[in-house]
Amino acid sequence: MYSQGLIGADTSTEESEEFLRAFQERIDAEQKIEPNDVMPAGYRKTLIRQIGQHAHSEIVGMLPEGNWITRAPTLKRKAALLAKVQDEGGHGLYLYSAAETLGVSREQMTEELHAGKAKYSSIFNYPTLTWADIGTIGWLVDGAAIMNQIPLCRCSFGPYARAMIRVCKEESFHQRQGYEIVMTLAKGSPEQKAMAQESLDRWWWPVLMMFGPHDSDSQHGDQSMRWKIKRFSNDELRQKFVDATIPQAEYLGLTVPDPDLKWNPEKNDGRGGYDFGAIDWDEFWRVVKGKGIMNRERIRDRRKAWDDGEWVREAALAHAQKRAERMAAEQQAAE
Amino acid sequence: MDAHFEYVLRLADDQLVLGHRISEWCGHAPMLEEDLALPNIALDLIGQARMLYTHAGEIEGNGRNEDQLAYLRPEQEYRNLLIVERENGDFAHTMLRLFFYASFMELFWEKMLTSSDEVLAGIAAKAIKEVRYHVRHSAEWVIRMGDGTDESARRLEDAYDDLEAYCTEMFEMDDVARDMVAAGIGPDTQALVESWKAKVEAIFREAMLNRFAPVEGHRSGGRKGQHGEEMGFLLADLQYMQRTYPGLNW
Repeated sequence: MYSQGLIGADTSTEESEEFLRAFQERIDAEQKIEPNDVMPAGYRKTLIRQIGQHAHSEIVGMLPEGNWITRAPTLKRKAALLAKVQDEGGHGLYLYSAAETLGVSREQMTEELHAGKAKYSSIFNYPTLTWADIGTIGWLVDGAAIMNQIPLCRCSFGPYARAMIRVCKEESFHQRQGYEIVMTLAKGSPEQKAMAQESLDRWWWPVLMMFGPHDSDSQHGDQSMRWKIKRFSNDELRQKFVDATIPQAEYLGLTVPDPDLKWNPEKNDGRGGYDFGAIDWDEFWRVVKGKGIMNRERIRDRRKAWDDGEWVREAALAHAQKRAERMAAEQQAAE
Repeated sequence: MDAHFEYVLRLADDQLVLGHRISEWCGHAPMLEEDLALPNIALDLIGQARMLYTHAGEIEGNGRNEDQLAYLRPEQEYRNLLIVERENGDFAHTMLRLFFYASFMELFWEKMLTSSDEVLAGIAAKAIKEVRYHVRHSAEWVIRMGDGTDESARRLEDAYDDLEAYCTEMFEMDDVARDMVAAGIGPDTQALVESWKAKVEAIFREAMLNRFAPVEGHRSGGRKGQHGEEMGFLLADLQYMQRTYPGLNW
């Protein structure tokens, strides 16, 4: 799963014109930037922020779905959900590793998350209230993540681009799995269908917000596009997502909660696309700034896991130290 | 109840209930690596449970599938060992329980490879590979905790004190188990006690934990459906959807 990306990213940089021009030429030539290459400080900082936010989103994202593991309705669904949530943890691990190549530690990033200094995707500040939410998250949240992440497979920073290739494969599997859960509900009893519709009603608008603010309100998009960290604007990706998703909802017999939604044959250079209603950006910013339904609980849970686990991590370190000392002593005795 | 069905059902319940407990850690582990390892172990156990329930349903012959057996029985009809239903407690409790149980199951599945029930022998062939990893993983943690810090050693001892009463039940034999030995289906678990003790105590020595493998525990009754107070809550979670919306496909 993915965050809305570059909120609050600082892309400012102070290198010489010549240095920046040479760097831009490499980018324009589609050369991958690798960890040991020289790069503008702003490029490094932007990537640390973005990859860190992305990693945090994977880790915090384990919580809302994890909420249903013990209550999954069948053993098959339970196993699939466990595997999915585990995949998200794995994505977090690759992403932290990719960010570490830029000179920041996982521990530092974790501390920033727990201190409320680092962001993660706001979508995870919404609660999972019914089993249908597990389907909807796979279908829509992972669907939106894929829209965001496919272009990131061509991101100019090599480790991030390569991590995304693997992540995208797994996400597309999750998306199909989610869609299949929703389809089972949509074709099930009236109460199952109502459960699916109610879930779609709650998640639709927050999912559209996952692509971030309108291009006209997005401050750092241009520089990230020039550096080919981003390939498409927030609005372009959101439009693609809506156009891809509406036929899926229709197939399921579910209704997207947007009275202004209508087909517009003029859109997308005459290929047609959907017009959709206004997004409530006040809600978006409220949630980003900490006033979402679950913001406090998500960070509290992450912090609790970290704090409760401190003695375990200390034990592992202490044991490794003792072992190393014993081996050194044995070696000395042998000499 | 048919002894063969009962026997396979017990085994299925053991794996499901421990898998359920371990899955509760997902997203809450002490480090990201354990957030990957614990769900992995839970997945292995739930996978084993699914095969065992399906097999139990076939033996019973009343058309019950894995989900009907896993989700739709009253508490007293679950026949798992008490040790697997115990609450997770801290990481020391979770890992020491896994170590005790997986060390037993490694020996159990080894014997089961030659079961006259070919389906069980096949399940054992898969499960043995998984359980060896569970033993290795949990033993490494027992060693790190026992020979780590003062706090980790104290927590491991606390976990031992809480769990020691529950280990003996793993080796108990009753009429069902004896019928299975007679039919060449299952092993005599009493014969596994010495090997288990040796394995556990070897790891305890490495962990600097000055205890014996606990084989004189007084808690028992899971095989007769007499569970601890925590079981009802576990089932309330597990069965929530199936009980609230009976008879639907998910």
